[in-house]
Amino acid sequence: MGPLTFAALAAGLVASALTVVLHPNPVKSALALVVTLFLLAVVFVFLEAHMIAALQVIVYAGAIMVLFLFVIMLLNLQDDAAETRGSDRIALRAGAWLGGGVLAGELVTLFLRLPLAAPSAAPEGYGGAAVVARSLFTDYLLPFELTSILLLIAVVGAVVLAQRREA
Amino acid sequence: MVPTGWYLALSAVLFAIGTVGVLVRRNVIVIFMAIELMLNAVNLTFVALARQLGTVDGQVVVFFTMTVAASEAAVGLAIILAVFRNRATVNADELASLRW
Repeated sequence: MGPLTFAALAAGLVASALTVVLHPNPVKSALALVVTLFLLAVVFVFLEAHMIAALQVIVYAGAIMVLFLFVIMLLNLQDDAAETRGSDRIALRAGAWLGGGVLAGELVTLFLRLPLAAPSAAPEGYGGAAVVARSLFTDYLLPFELTSILLLIAVVGAVVLAQRREA
Repeated sequence: MVPTGWYLALSAVLFAIGTVGVLVRRNVIVIFMAIELMLNAVNLTFVALARQLGTVDGQVVVFFTMTVAASEAAVGLAIILAVFRNRATVNADELASLRW
């Protein structure tokens, strides 16, 4: 990926991420988050993580964001303009932006100074389903099995929490 | 070829935006989405460093992060629904019963 492609992708990512944080309407925040996740999938393709890019689109931009949109619409949320651009709590918001700016500046300076050599050419099949799956089912077999228990607990927990109790 | 440091810098900026989102917003669902943004920024770091090292271990970790994020979203949104049913609000300032 050339520097120009990267700059365009980075600009799109930062713009959509800021929209997630700043837009008063939660539905539009959620849609901006879908755009962010999709652009990240594009970046993953450029980093030769093809399997992860596909999972990002299917699982994140697909399944998880549908869950978010579903809950937002179920709750029928309205715009909250006061908290995004009103005079509400100026000191706290200024402090948060200042802190976030310092965090970003510090990390960017640090990362750009890291003495990283240019990566060598990726091995054959790098980032594809076969290579990732081989690592997943050999070196990481125990964590993989544990995630199945985690997902089971999450499903049961979500059902128990969200069900309507007749008191 | 873009240097790995640029990808790491981009993920740092996205992480900082997510942090600011958690701090400035009061709508718990938007706070939740900002947390997802931070998780994804870290995923970008993992993928970029996996490419740098030429191994797929970082990508496997991203796989696990996605699983945890999916579980977290399911349980978290169920909690938000349950709270909304009892209190009819998703404003974090009004949900302060547990605060000392």
